[in-house]
Amino acid sequence: MPREERSIKDFFRTVAKKVGPDYVTCKACDRRAERKVWDENLNICPFCGKYQAMTADARLELLFDPGSRRDFNEELSARDPLNFPGYADKVKRLEKKTGLKESAVTAYGRINGIRVVTVVLDTRFFMGSMSSIVGEKVTRAVEEALREKLPLIIFSASGGARMQEGIHSLMQMAKTSSAIQEFSDKGGLFISYLTHPTTGGVTASFASLGDITLAEPGALIGFAGPRVIEQTIGVKLPKGFQRAEYLHKHGFVDRIVRRQEMKDVIYDILKLHLDSVNYMDEEPVSYERSGAEL
Amino acid sequence: MIRDSLLKADRVEKKIDELRKNGLTENDKELQRLYMEKAHALRPCVNLTAEDKVFLARKIERPHIDDFIKALFTDFFEQKGDHLYDDDPAVYGGIARFHGIPVSVVGHRKGHSAEENVAYNFGMAKPEGYRKALRIMDQAEKFKRPIITFIDTPGAYPGIDAEEHGQGEAIARNMAKMSGYHVPVISVVTGEGNSGGALAIGVCNRLLMLEYAVYSVLSPEGFASILWKDSARHGEACDIMKLTADDIRKAGVADEVIAEPLGGGQENPKRLYGSMDMAIEKALSELMSMTPEELLRDRRRKFRQMG
Repeated sequence: MPREERSIKDFFRTVAKKVGPDYVTCKACDRRAERKVWDENLNICPFCGKYQAMTADARLELLFDPGSRRDFNEELSARDPLNFPGYADKVKRLEKKTGLKESAVTAYGRINGIRVVTVVLDTRFFMGSMSSIVGEKVTRAVEEALREKLPLIIFSASGGARMQEGIHSLMQMAKTSSAIQEFSDKGGLFISYLTHPTTGGVTASFASLGDITLAEPGALIGFAGPRVIEQTIGVKLPKGFQRAEYLHKHGFVDRIVRRQEMKDVIYDILKLHLDSVNYMDEEPVSYERSGAEL
Repeated sequence: MIRDSLLKADRVEKKIDELRKNGLTENDKELQRLYMEKAHALRPCVNLTAEDKVFLARKIERPHIDDFIKALFTDFFEQKGDHLYDDDPAVYGGIARFHGIPVSVVGHRKGHSAEENVAYNFGMAKPEGYRKALRIMDQAEKFKRPIITFIDTPGAYPGIDAEEHGQGEAIARNMAKMSGYHVPVISVVTGEGNSGGALAIGVCNRLLMLEYAVYSVLSPEGFASILWKDSARHGEACDIMKLTADDIRKAGVADEVIAEPLGGGQENPKRLYGSMDMAIEKALSELMSMTPEELLRDRRRKFRQMG
């Protein structure tokens, strides 16, 4: 990047900082807009259309019918099985900063009246990485969906395994995959929704096991990170490599779904499944109105 | 550092070989002196650090899956390819007999020379390799054969083609399918078991580990590079990762640690095979007394309790 250009960008960045938290600068095009505008635009850059991360709360607000969200597993917070230097402190700092107890949020809710179980990974907490508690929350969500005969939707966003938990983190891949397989064997519907970035141990476990796989535009999705691949094979990676559109083209994603249409698309898929004979071998009709209680 | 002790032992071993070739018998004084010298050289190998064990786990002379199949199994019939796209030489396996019982055996393949290692891609499997393993294991489920897997990999292969063919999907599918089998599944970590690339053939009823094998979320180099942006600090990483067989057993992941000869399996392969044979046989006979439903539940419970 030429020097002047960089200094102009830096200038705008400092200005953005000075004008305070009411303004947000796009990480891709460096232009800034009021936070209100970003919020209305679902955290998609109003100038260049780049998708920025969505918090778990914002995602569930967009997805669920108003007032239908019921969280569970809230009591679970990150553990430190290896006594890893500095880990517990960092967890505490992040808990304070984000208000989350782990990177996974699990909740019941209704989508145009249809009850579902969802998991959302939030990248603000350790890049959404898979700790033993994330694995536990995902597994419990699958078990809830199985017990209650509800469809399961998981919004993945993860840097992969949580290094600080070593082998315990790795084992969550088997634990979650095993739970999904049991759910699937019994006829459960699992919609896997991949958002930026979905990599490593999450890609190589539950995120890849959906009956239907959706992805957000431009999301990075892969097993090995681009830098690791470049270093290993010493070749420049093709344009758009590991992006949602690339995976769509190579047959690992059913559809690229924009945020604005997310709820409608998921609703349509749910309807198609709930109206067919299986749905978990129960009477299929009652789903839209079953039980006033969530 | 263990490297020096092993080099010294190696030099003595070469002398022994030479003398043997010259027709010296085992009772010869000089030979016996050399045996003592070798044992002496290996003495520092009693207390090994985690880094030493990583070094041993990766040693090129260390016995690999070819050796295990030859030593522990009979009537081996190799199965090639995933029958979908390609054959991945980083995964090796097929049908064989273990103590007369037909079993399916599959594992990562590493070589004993640079050429072999290049041919086998250093045991780094691609999606085709994992799907080949899945094909072998699915057939074991179909024909009700026990499954024995050998884990020894630096990790799944990071490459353009591997990503395009769904590396993540292949690993995930293997774990999911393995969790649902109704036959005994025994996995043995024989060298380095790194990341999802290892676990993709490791969803088992019983996990055995050789004494100097290691099992971890990522290679120590990768771990150091992610956490500290400095892969040179891998020695430090070895210590805090808790990746040795003893650590993994204490973490409740491995069920049994198989003792190795002093200085590692390569120093006395026959003894190593003997111990492995006993351990696998014991695990298998336990599992074979269970019903198919019990085997499935046992495996699901094992992984449900993790972490």
